[in-house]
Amino acid sequence: MKIGVLALQGAFAEHVSMLESLGAETFEIQKLSYLEQPFEGLIIPGGESTTISKLLRGLDLFAELQSRIAGGLPVMGTCAGLIILAKRVEGGKPCLATMDITAVRNAYGRQLGSFETTTTFAKVGNVPMTFIRAPCVRDPGAGVEVLSVVDGRIVAVREKNQLALAYHPELTGDVRIHQYFLDMVAES
Amino acid sequence: MTEIRQKLNKELAQMFKRGVIMDVTTPEQAKIAEDAGACAVMALERIPADIRAAGGVSRMSDPKLIKGIQAAVSIPVMAKVRIGHFVEAQILEALEIDYIDESEVLTPADDVYHIDKTQFKVPFVCGARNLGEALRRIAEGATMIRTKGEAGTGDIMQAVRHMRTMNSEIRQIAYMRGDELYEAAKQLQVPYDLIRCVHESSRLPVVNFAAGGVATPADAALMMQLGAEGIFVGSGIFKSSNPAKRAEAVVQAVTSYQDAKMLAELSEDIGEAMVGINTEEISTLMAERGK
Repeated sequence: MKIGVLALQGAFAEHVSMLESLGAETFEIQKLSYLEQPFEGLIIPGGESTTISKLLRGLDLFAELQSRIAGGLPVMGTCAGLIILAKRVEGGKPCLATMDITAVRNAYGRQLGSFETTTTFAKVGNVPMTFIRAPCVRDPGAGVEVLSVVDGRIVAVREKNQLALAYHPELTGDVRIHQYFLDMVAES
Repeated sequence: MTEIRQKLNKELAQMFKRGVIMDVTTPEQAKIAEDAGACAVMALERIPADIRAAGGVSRMSDPKLIKGIQAAVSIPVMAKVRIGHFVEAQILEALEIDYIDESEVLTPADDVYHIDKTQFKVPFVCGARNLGEALRRIAEGATMIRTKGEAGTGDIMQAVRHMRTMNSEIRQIAYMRGDELYEAAKQLQVPYDLIRCVHESSRLPVVNFAAGGVATPADAALMMQLGAEGIFVGSGIFKSSNPAKRAEAVVQAVTSYQDAKMLAELSEDIGEAMVGINTEEISTLMAERGK
């Protein structure tokens, strides 16, 4: 199983080592021509959503990734990745807009609001979560399954082939969320 | 600072990787930087080139300016304090700044001690010319390191020298026998635990950016190829003839730093770079401050 990790800006290396520890093959996506090889899943990592969004357009990756996700390619977006996937963005502009959610940017304020917690994730159990200047989800559409809620805020959602998390599973040392995503890829 | 807070602060720096952090002096410049794809901005009253030209004592920026920039953009906002000036740092923490740069670019407030950064909840980035300086700053609580380079000059040579020095020292530590690490810690004047950590991971325990002298997309890519995880650009953007275009080109160059064809396109027609100063012809080397 081969997973492409969008490596324009941010914490992509952390996802790569997480996936490789689970035995998945990975490659970094830096430009359009890299998408010519066959792969089964995509990760959009944390970083700065405005930066990643700008680079996606500048490097002509935008339309191709958008149509692949719409066509069913399994994708996991974390933090900035969630914002990139959201159809509606509070405090910013939508980017790929493939997922029927509203992303609220900087929902917990500045760096002083960053935190760690442990919360239930549907079908996985209690998992550690690291929130860094994190967004949250509002107004999930009818086809969106809510997987985790922290203090009344939605922080993990799934809509068919798309998984979006407001926090960073790649920083916790707990591989279960990446395994959950690889299971999604295997089932698709 | 609790251990969790320290970890979260290191992790915010991980989110900056392969990104560009730009010096800005007004909300308008901050907006230009954000639109160009900067992953954070550094709010300051004068960019280093002007600090250098003006002379005198250079201090933390007016909180009003910092608040104006915080209100203008949605990306993280950093600001500088003088080396050792822990009250300026307390003020920035009260403003909920996202990262404090304890910076040699400002006039040092203390010629012996740096700030005890473990006493703060907000994160700190510090400059370093070599592994010893970097690990001393990390021991004091810094959760991100950058090369000092030589700010405000547009001359990349010092940043190159600092990045090469640091990485060659890291390679030496990585190849040592375990029993040689005690002596290495003594020589570098740093805690043994940090040397051990470098030995085991072959890298700094925190994210390491390049700073001080980046003026062109090629400069940025050079620093990335030398091992920087991202770039600070100070005077290089807003002292050039077309800041928006140059800012965008530098951001893309940092992402595509190994792609020479792309770098050629990015370097084309972006206007005049800052004029710059040769670092061998100046009397004040800011990098000599705070060792």
